[in-house]
Amino acid sequence: MEKLKYLLAAGCGCLGLFLASPATGVEKISYNRDIRPILSDNCFHCHGPDQKTRKGKFRLDVREDAVAKGAIVPGKPQESELITRIFGLHQAEPMPPLEAHKTVTTAQKELLRRWIGAGAKYEKHWAYVPPVKPSTPSGRNPVDLLVGQRLRELGLKPSPRADRRTLARRLYFDLVGLPPAPGDVEAFVQDKSPGAVSRLADKLLASPRFGERMAIGWLDVVRFADTIGYHSDNPRNVWPYRDYVIKAFNGNMPFDQFTREQLAGDLLPNSSREQKVASAFNRLLLSTEEGGAQAKDYEARMLTDRVRAVSSVWLGETIGCAQCHDHKFDPIKQRDFYALGAFFADIEEASIGRREPGLLLPDEKQAEELKHLEEAVARAQKAYDAPRPEWLAAYTSWQKEQADAVLQERRWKALKPVTAVSAGGSELKVEKDRSVLAGGKKAASDTYTLSFTNGLREVVGLRVETLPHDTLPGRGPGRAEDGGFVLTEVVATIRRLDLTTNLISFNLARADFVQGQATGTTSDPAWSAASVIGRHLQGDAIGWAILPQTNQAHQLVLGLSAPVTLQPGDSLSLELKQNHPDYALGHFRIGVTTNTEALQGPLRFPPPAEIAALLLIPAEQRNEKQKEQLFTHFKSVAPETAEARQQLADARKAKDDFEPTIPRCLVSVTNATPRTVRVLPRGNFLLETGDIVQPALPAYLASFDKKTDGRRLNRLDLANWLVSRENPLTARVVMNRVWKQFFGLGLSRVVDDLGAQGELPPNQPLLDWLACEFMDSGWDLKHMTRLIVTSDTYQQTSVSSKKLRARDPLNRELAVQSRWRLDAELVRDNALAVSGLLVEKLGGPSVKPYQPEGYWENLNFPVRSYDTSVGEDQYRRGLYVWWQRSYLHPSLLAFDAPTREECAAERNRSNIPQQALVLLNDPTYVEASRSLAVRMLKEGGADTKSRLTWAWRQVLSRAPRPEEVKAIQPLLDKQLAEYRCNTAAAQALLKIGQSLPPQDADPAELAAWTNIARVILNLHETITRS
Amino acid sequence: MTPHPELGQFLAQRQTRRAFLGRTSQGVGALALASLLNPTVLSAAAAAASKSKWTGVVTPLDYPQKAKRVIWLSMAGGPSHLETFDYKPKLAKMHGEPMPQSFTEGKQIAQLQGQKLICFGPQHGFKKFGRNGTEICELFPQIGSVIDDICLIRSMTTEAINHDPAHMFMNTGSQIAGRPSMGAWTTYGLGSESEDLPGFVVLTSLGKGGQNQPIAARQWAAGLLPSRFQGVHLRGKGDPVLYLSTPAGVTHAQQKDVVDVINAINAKYDTIVDDPEISTRIVQYEMAFKMQTSVPALMDIKSEGAKTLELYGCQPGDGSFASNCLLARRLAERGVRFIQLYHKDWDHHGGLKEGIAFKAQEIDRACMALITDLKQRGMLDDTLIVWAGEFGRTPMSQGGDGRDHHNAGFSIWMCGGGVKPGIVYGATDELGYSAIENPADVHDLHATMLRLLGIEHKKLSVKFQGLDVRLTGIAGDTIEGILA
Repeated sequence: MEKLKYLLAAGCGCLGLFLASPATGVEKISYNRDIRPILSDNCFHCHGPDQKTRKGKFRLDVREDAVAKGAIVPGKPQESELITRIFGLHQAEPMPPLEAHKTVTTAQKELLRRWIGAGAKYEKHWAYVPPVKPSTPSGRNPVDLLVGQRLRELGLKPSPRADRRTLARRLYFDLVGLPPAPGDVEAFVQDKSPGAVSRLADKLLASPRFGERMAIGWLDVVRFADTIGYHSDNPRNVWPYRDYVIKAFNGNMPFDQFTREQLAGDLLPNSSREQKVASAFNRLLLSTEEGGAQAKDYEARMLTDRVRAVSSVWLGETIGCAQCHDHKFDPIKQRDFYALGAFFADIEEASIGRREPGLLLPDEKQAEELKHLEEAVARAQKAYDAPRPEWLAAYTSWQKEQADAVLQERRWKALKPVTAVSAGGSELKVEKDRSVLAGGKKAASDTYTLSFTNGLREVVGLRVETLPHDTLPGRGPGRAEDGGFVLTEVVATIRRLDLTTNLISFNLARADFVQGQATGTTSDPAWSAASVIGRHLQGDAIGWAILPQTNQAHQLVLGLSAPVTLQPGDSLSLELKQNHPDYALGHFRIGVTTNTEALQGPLRFPPPAEIAALLLIPAEQRNEKQKEQLFTHFKSVAPETAEARQQLADARKAKDDFEPTIPRCLVSVTNATPRTVRVLPRGNFLLETGDIVQPALPAYLASFDKKTDGRRLNRLDLANWLVSRENPLTARVVMNRVWKQFFGLGLSRVVDDLGAQGELPPNQPLLDWLACEFMDSGWDLKHMTRLIVTSDTYQQTSVSSKKLRARDPLNRELAVQSRWRLDAELVRDNALAVSGLLVEKLGGPSVKPYQPEGYWENLNFPVRSYDTSVGEDQYRRGLYVWWQRSYLHPSLLAFDAPTREECAAERNRSNIPQQALVLLNDPTYVEASRSLAVRMLKEGGADTKSRLTWAWRQVLSRAPRPEEVKAIQPLLDKQLAEYRCNTAAAQALLKIGQSLPPQDADPAELAAWTNIARVILNLHETITRS
Repeated sequence: MTPHPELGQFLAQRQTRRAFLGRTSQGVGALALASLLNPTVLSAAAAAASKSKWTGVVTPLDYPQKAKRVIWLSMAGGPSHLETFDYKPKLAKMHGEPMPQSFTEGKQIAQLQGQKLICFGPQHGFKKFGRNGTEICELFPQIGSVIDDICLIRSMTTEAINHDPAHMFMNTGSQIAGRPSMGAWTTYGLGSESEDLPGFVVLTSLGKGGQNQPIAARQWAAGLLPSRFQGVHLRGKGDPVLYLSTPAGVTHAQQKDVVDVINAINAKYDTIVDDPEISTRIVQYEMAFKMQTSVPALMDIKSEGAKTLELYGCQPGDGSFASNCLLARRLAERGVRFIQLYHKDWDHHGGLKEGIAFKAQEIDRACMALITDLKQRGMLDDTLIVWAGEFGRTPMSQGGDGRDHHNAGFSIWMCGGGVKPGIVYGATDELGYSAIENPADVHDLHATMLRLLGIEHKKLSVKFQGLDVRLTGIAGDTIEGILA
């Protein structure tokens, strides 16, 4: 097929000339239409706007320059060097040079010759001149008038009006993206009174489905997606923006306002929540969470991403080309590029890493609940902050205790084990803070043996601190499921250099806490501290234990019967025996003391170092800040404040738990200190040598240099200019895109480039009239849409003739309507609608239809699972499908939905085998087929013919042709026979999908009809807008 | 006539007479000429042309075609050249010493930004292999055993230094999403020789552990080319091609009956509305149905003898890189034009020593087997194999046991299809930081690949937003020194 198109395209090049240009000398040569495209494509690269690549020191895009250099001698083509070189008369250096691989056709050469002969008149590029509205007499739709005018000039005639059934389908697909119900078609066919089309259009324009339909194209061009794009391609919160767009189209928001709100909704005075959501537009770009990404790199990428977006969405310009150099074809300077980028330098965002959750968007009920919870937090906070005499008293004694604890702690020294071995095979790892962390294998009982060689002198006490850790169950300190441990016995031995050993005996064992103590009952001797040193008293299953106080530190202090000193070469071996099944220690540290006082008094843990330092400052010498810090700490730990603290924590938790249930959206937030924007030489972010630029409008377009009193221009200024009369582009760009939705092709064919390399529209008066009317109407999109669809031009048949197709293969002149395959989302919507599965619900979080298992297996950081939507959300319209940029849903992708990594003003319309595989085998379409079959059996009457008639009307809005029934009948008979012999197969087919077939259905019959429905949903006509 | 965006791209080429008459296949070119004189010939040709398969825009070829197809082995994550193919004894000597500033000044750095840069010696030994005693890491003895067939390039450079942009650059020649991947360019330029398989096929394998790089589908997208040129991902698990299996309860024969009726009704519709898209639709349904047989047959490597399985070191259904190498050979035999394999665990920021050893086991034998197998079947001469990561790794240590991303110099290798066998091309400096002898960048690599396929890279272009978009951007020089 592509070969065919290639061929057609090739042919059309000449036909284009035949239609639009005066190769025959009939029409006057226009620089914009005929000459600029030739010069732009072949010459401007070296003789155009970009100074850096300019050769021979002259340019052909400026007449004075070309004339001064003798390249053009007006009126005298034979003396013009341009001509001699292009015609190859200049042997040494023909133009374009061979290495450029460019060829100027004979017809083009002839045009250049005649143009210079006629005086070589230049024109400003058409799209940079503000549109002028052609005057049109009232009484007739100006669209028809301007199309008709052009057709008359070319000697073409418009085609007849399409039949009512086709027209109904066309209007439904184009305006709401859904097929008409049979009753709707019937009513429209029967409505013979004048204005029927207009009335149907009004009805559809008022449907909430209209906004959904219109949103598809807009979401493409602004590159709306649910994920960040780069590398890990993680989710971000933006779906409320999608709903904003739908509502804006439904409410017919004037396009100028739509523009302002998206670019600068946050900067509007007293901006509403919706306007802030609109400003999510500025956040739709790609971002990265890749480790090692450089902030400056991505800052530059994001700037260029935004410039490309603004230039393609509103300007239809390829300003992105000026990132590294002045534009090759348009008068866009590299400086313009960065100055445009500088408008967005105020947006608060991280250049790299996770996006913030975004603005909370509670609905009314959620807002009330949230307010309630916030008030509860405020109340609890107030109670917690209020001065209380009883706390002050406790505070005084606490300070004393804590100061003691600090002093006590200083008497201990942590020892770093030289070796740490587990008899049970656990892995013991010595951490930086000298603690030991157990991991890996878990034995039922275990003994950890640690050895120390530090020169210990006069040691009188030994301490085992047990510490919490994130890797342990319940944060430990033990490895048991409940975070507990049981330390059965501690055995300390000194191994002398001369190989003798001394067993150290203990005379004291104390712990800060003992299991059972918390319940207030007498502490159980089984779990006592003493049990670790009095072996003769115990069985194996007991020892020091701390339940239920897990997730906190504890300490066991052992007094030595006699002081111990290690001589050089000696080592201390410490065995920690843990014989209670599965209750091994997880995280602990060994310390020693030479001070017997350390063994006395209450065993407490000192506060953090920062607080400890404050405690050692005499109370009267502490400054206000220190006092405040200390008291705050006291309140955060003291038992006396526990109740108030808990109430505050509970209130906060209730709020924190509730918040994630509220939708959020990334929005634009302005920072008073914008990022510095520099021109990056050759786009290289490492070079910080370029000029610093301020926000400025593109110099080649903006005669709009209103005085701003030195005020820095902002995004609102940019938006205002984009939709001002001074800007020649926006209205044309938008109308060109709108036109494409209703005719399949823009009036200027390259919808994302109205610049020099784009196309002068064959019917420029029509595009300019639409652009002016759009602005005159107050940027009223529904008005423009109505104008277009009620025109005779729109209502022509799409069945062309061979003759017309030969004259105008791309249908640029609109002597006929066009036909094309539905957009990806609408292929889905259509199947769900005709089968009765579609759930018409507007907006909400994106949904996840069935997707082949493992499709996301190449996503990582983190590994992703796909949670298929259940119930209603399984049957929503295609535009609500979760848009995963790096792995877009494969059935949408097969039908050319763009990944939205870049702005896409144009979709491919391919015809590939994957589309057949999707329609035949994707469970969405199999389920829809079954659902359609159920309805055929139930609503379609008793015999095959009436059932098929019902289905054809339902899906194609017409009755089946006799040969279609004839093609179906043998298939039905065969399948029915086969499923009668194999009910299991029938049942397997009927089980596909979440919805259930009726229980009373005959499985063989329904399965056979399901396959008939599959045929219908796969027809080319079913997925074609004609 | 259906207005069609795909048409636009072809339409855009009308400006050059060469594109018009030269790049269509000759018969059609002549036909097109005839159609100019008599436009009605055009639509008569349309129906016939729509059924013929795509044979590429590059006709005749710009150069003699040395390679008919490409097998590209993508080592995602960025393998360290210093533990694979580029031996740096000086770096070993300087292990633990500060990296001399003269090497690193003004260069891009990824995760080591702002950190102290310390030399990190090669973590594995190197050995001499082959006629010329080429030194490669001892972890790759199997590749070493075929080193005389390999053209090793030690002076690659790339622009990007983070995975995602670097992959995009390696695959599409651009760091901006949306450009066509090299496989798409190749099938656009040359078409495919396969009747019942896509022209561009991608296979990914999961290693036996480690950290798998995320790979976006855009890496094999057609971008601004028509979708038919996109790479088709053949998956190791589930349906090898998405939606390939008939629904449960529908037999292959029943599916055939369904497709036949769809095509019959579509054909009838075509007689009423006369839309060339319909005949294309019919052809695509036939192709889809063919794929339902041809793809499972392709994927079934049980039919290969035990000897072959042993050569590659794989088992049917193991989804390994080795299995994919064997599948690559099967795809090559069936005429597929561009075959790309991803092996995804080379991002050794830490645990480099063990990590490289682990990965070497997964690919060493498989690479040797692919070369050997193609050679014994006489296919190595016209099959170009490329082994490349998206970048290399720093000579500096990261965290004491790893290396960071690095783009100033790294190693790749090519084999078969018109490259000089048994040579080493280019070199990095004595610490393995920058390519200093015969540096080659990604555009050069692409230009060379296209040259071997018979295509002048400056001519293979498509209009997009006013630009002649090319795989090689506005750069790229053929690496003449490696052409056989």
